[in-house]
Parts: sequence; C-alpha cells; structure tokens
Amino acid sequence: MSTIAEPAKVTAGAKGEPQREWRPPSYWPFVAPALIVVLAVIIFPWAYTIWMSLHEWKVGSPTTFVGLANYIRLPSDARFVESVWHTLVYTALSVALPLLFGTLAAVVFHAKFPMRGFLRGLFILPMMATPVAIALVWTMMFHPQLGILNYLLSLIGLPPQLWVFHPATVIPSLVMVETWQWTPLVMLIVLGGLAAIPSEPYESALIDGATRWQTFRYISLPLIMPFLFIASMIRMIDAVKSFDIIFAITQGGPGSASETINLYLYSVAFVYYDVGYASAIVVVFFALIVALAGALLHLRQRTHWNDAGGVA
Amino acid sequence: MSPLRRLLGNIGLAFALIVIVSPAVLFFIWMLSLSVKFEIDNASYPPVFIPERFNWGNYAAVLDSKRFSTYFMNSLIVTGTATAFALLVGVPAGYGLARMRAHKAAVVILIARITPGLSYLIPLFLLFQWLGLLGTLWPQIIIHLVVTVPIVIWIMIGYFETTPMELEESALIDGATSWQVFRYVALPIARPGIAVAFILAVIFSWNNFVFGIVLAGRETRTLPVAVYNMISFDQLSWGPLAAAALIVTLPVLLLTVFAQRQIVAGLTAGAVKGG
Repeated sequence: MSTIAEPAKVTAGAKGEPQREWRPPSYWPFVAPALIVVLAVIIFPWAYTIWMSLHEWKVGSPTTFVGLANYIRLPSDARFVESVWHTLVYTALSVALPLLFGTLAAVVFHAKFPMRGFLRGLFILPMMATPVAIALVWTMMFHPQLGILNYLLSLIGLPPQLWVFHPATVIPSLVMVETWQWTPLVMLIVLGGLAAIPSEPYESALIDGATRWQTFRYISLPLIMPFLFIASMIRMIDAVKSFDIIFAITQGGPGSASETINLYLYSVAFVYYDVGYASAIVVVFFALIVALAGALLHLRQRTHWNDAGGVA
Repeated sequence: MSPLRRLLGNIGLAFALIVIVSPAVLFFIWMLSLSVKFEIDNASYPPVFIPERFNWGNYAAVLDSKRFSTYFMNSLIVTGTATAFALLVGVPAGYGLARMRAHKAAVVILIARITPGLSYLIPLFLLFQWLGLLGTLWPQIIIHLVVTVPIVIWIMIGYFETTPMELEESALIDGATSWQVFRYVALPIARPGIAVAFILAVIFSWNNFVFGIVLAGRETRTLPVAVYNMISFDQLSWGPLAAAALIVTLPVLLLTVFAQRQIVAGLTAGAVKGG
C-alpha cells in the first residue's frame, strides 16, 4: 500500500513520466445490489423476528406487545426443554462420529492411487444428494420387518432392532444417517490439511525409524488440528440445525423422542401459528448456536492448537 | 521397499478404500434396486438384491404422472432463477468486497450461514402473505436467495482475493473505469470460480426442502417437497417411491461425479452449505 501513500516518489521514479493522479476506485457500486438483497432476505427477517418475539402474535389474531413474556415462558415449557436436550445429544454424537470416521478416511485418501478423483466423487455423494430423497430410502431400510438393516444384523447374528420406531433408539439411528451423510465433508477438510503439510518432517521421521502410528500421532495430528477444529465447528453448526433428515424420517417422533429445537420450532410456527413465541425460540436457538461456537473457540485456545493457516 | 511389502501395502490400501467408499456406493445401489423391483420382491424377506424381472414401470409411473412435469418445471424455475440472480448480484459483490478488503462484511455471510433456514421463513412467510404472493413461485424464488447469494459471494470473495492485481492496477492507471476493469480484466479470469459458485448454488437450492414445505401450495411444489408428499399417500409401494427419489436426486449425483473437482474446491474453500 506504500505505492498509494507516496505515489509521486515511486511511480515518477520508476516510469520517468509525470505522475497521473489516481485513487483506488470506489467499489461500492459493485456491492450495492447484493447489499440490498442481503438487507431484504437476511437482515430484515432478523430484525422482524426480534420485533415479533416481543409480541403475543398468532396468525389471524390481533397482536399485543408483551415485552419479554415469550422468553420467560421458554424455561417452563417442558417440550422446549426436552427438545434442547435432544438437540445437544444429537449434536454431540453428530460432531464426534463424522470427525472420527472423516479423519480416518482422509488418511486413506491422502495416499496416491489411480482413480482417486472418481472415488472421491463417489465418496462425497451422500452429502450432495437430495436429503429428502435419501431420507426416504433410509426409512425403508429402517423398516423393522422388511428393512435391509435388520437383515444385515441377522447375518452377523444380532437381534432385530426397532431403529427409528422406538424412543430409545431413534436418536442413535438418526445420528447414523447424519454420520453417513456428513463424514465426507470432514474428510475433505482434513484432506486439505494433510495436503498442506510439508514433506520434511515425514522424511526425517522415516530416517529416525518412526512407525506409521507414531508419524500420524506426533507429526500429522498436531499439524491438522486447526483443520479438525474448523471441521468440528462446521459440523456443530450443521448438526444443531439439522432438519430435513429428522423431519422426513420421524417428524420428531415416536412421540417427541427425536424432537430437536428446529423440529419444535417448525411445529410452533407452522402448525400452531404462534409466530411470536416461535420468534423467541429462533432468538434463543441462535444464541445457543453462538454459545456452542464460542465454547469450541475457547476449547481451542485452552489446548493451544497452533494456527497453521485455516481453510476458510 | 521390497516388492512384496509394496504389494501388501497396495492390497491394504485397496481394502481400506473399499471399506470407506462402500457405505455410499452400496446405499445408492440399494436405492436403484428398490426402484426397479415389483412390490412382491420389495416386500420379500430375506431381501431380493437383483430381481429376476425388472419393473421399469415404477419409473414410467412417476414420469407419466401429469403433476411430475409441473413439479420438475417448478424446481427448474426456482433453482434457475435464484441461481441466476445470485450470480448477477453476487459475483460483482464478491469482487467489490475482495478489492475493498472488507473482511468485516464476511460476518453477515457468517450469520447467514449459522442461522437455521426455518427462522427466515417466519417473517418472510408473513411478508409474502401480506404481499399476496402465496400461491405463486415468487416466495420460493426469493427465499432461495438466502441459500444461493451467500454461497456465491463467499466463493467469489475467496476467488478474487487470489487473482493477480497487477493487470487490474495497470488498466486503472491507463484510465479504464472500475467497471471496465471488472468486465474485461477480472471477470474473464474468474470463470473457474464462477463455475464453482454456480454448481454449488444449483445443488443446494435444488436440494432445499424446508422452504418448500411451508411456502409451496399444491401447484407450486418443488421436487423434494413432491417426493415427501408421496410418502403419506403411497406408504406401502416402495418401488415408485424409490424411483421418484432417485429421479429427484439423479441430476445432483451426476453433477457431483462429473464436477467433483470443482465441488471439492468450493466446499473446502468456504465450507459452505445452504439452508
């Protein structure tokens, strides 16, 4: 930027011609149209949501200002509290499992082999496929009598399960789908991390006679930590918001055994049309996501994960 | 390394790859199998993997139904318009933000990324109702911008930050306007980045479900919503249901396999996902 700060010296000296006066152009005209769109479809809904959350507001009835009453109602709403727990359990499992499997897969994909691109393409199919379409097939696979999953269990001598049709197994079963779907994203992020590691540490480890596990544990793992952090952050945000899969497979059932905050929010807003209360849930939901993200950040600083350059 | 150890290593790698890729591949093969079987085969236990008789009628039943073409057109119009519009405003915006080094602006994109899609629906639903737009495709087109615009801006900021500045600066010194520089210098170089943004915006808009279940009426359903609505009516006929599901997601699957390089680049650059 020093060329702009002192143009006369640099340019006149370099080109030997009189300095033409120019300033960096204004880039606002490029941004303005998008800004209007973002204001309309992102900022406006946010502002309006906060406004609605302070009102008793049901579709079709007159609205009244009630202050924070909607927020005060939340802690005593048993169904909401339960949905928070479901969300936390679902999220914890849906971060941990894809992180584990995704890292393992990345280590394998880091090798050089023929058709690598094609196989990587196949591997990421679950996360690109239309969620409702795959949810439908999973529902058929979960079927207690005719589903393929119970048949596979019987092959290895395990008793049949009720999967998503029983309150005790519904969340683990949905996590299984979520893990199947989103392990590829973790793999891609970690693979990017592995690709960024220089080869020197590996060479000296090879000379020192380190085993494969030691190389991974003491060279690769510390260096991909920032990428694991980014992956867990993204995974957390997506798992908390998970909607399509749960809605299409169980709609929060059986009973309300798999009703997460997002599913409950849908009922409040578009089944009961209690949009004031639903707006309060949106605000608290968003605060929860930000808090979880903050907790992850804090964890990262506590463990002194070094920053070898992020992906984003 | 001895040839034997290398061979063993290769066999180990091949085995690991099969283990890793098979959950994805077997799932879609099973989906295909369900979609080409007669009901008697789909309802048999133990399951039939490769049927003796193929029932292509499952596909014919879906494709021939009068509504399917309506829903397909709806999906095409919603995704097409929302993506085109997002490129129109998002590519220049990505350029402007990259050149202004306005990293703070990314916070808005980040908020959009964190916010659950459902939360946009409540205020915008009321707005569309007030404007009398419900029953047309406009509400869905507009709300899909929530998905497509942040993806395009995010990817284009990243792309324009890596393109060389020297050409642009010398063009500016020679008296070109900033619009001319964008149009004739920056834009041609950015074509690969635009392709990435286009592909990802199309996929995430096409896949979107939550906006449709609230905003779509009988005539304005997109394909994911239409497939979901088939469940309640045809609970027991798995063949046509699986066929419909495969038809809906097939364009995305093909795009993923053939454009995997761009998709991987885009996803790891911004790690974006809509909705």
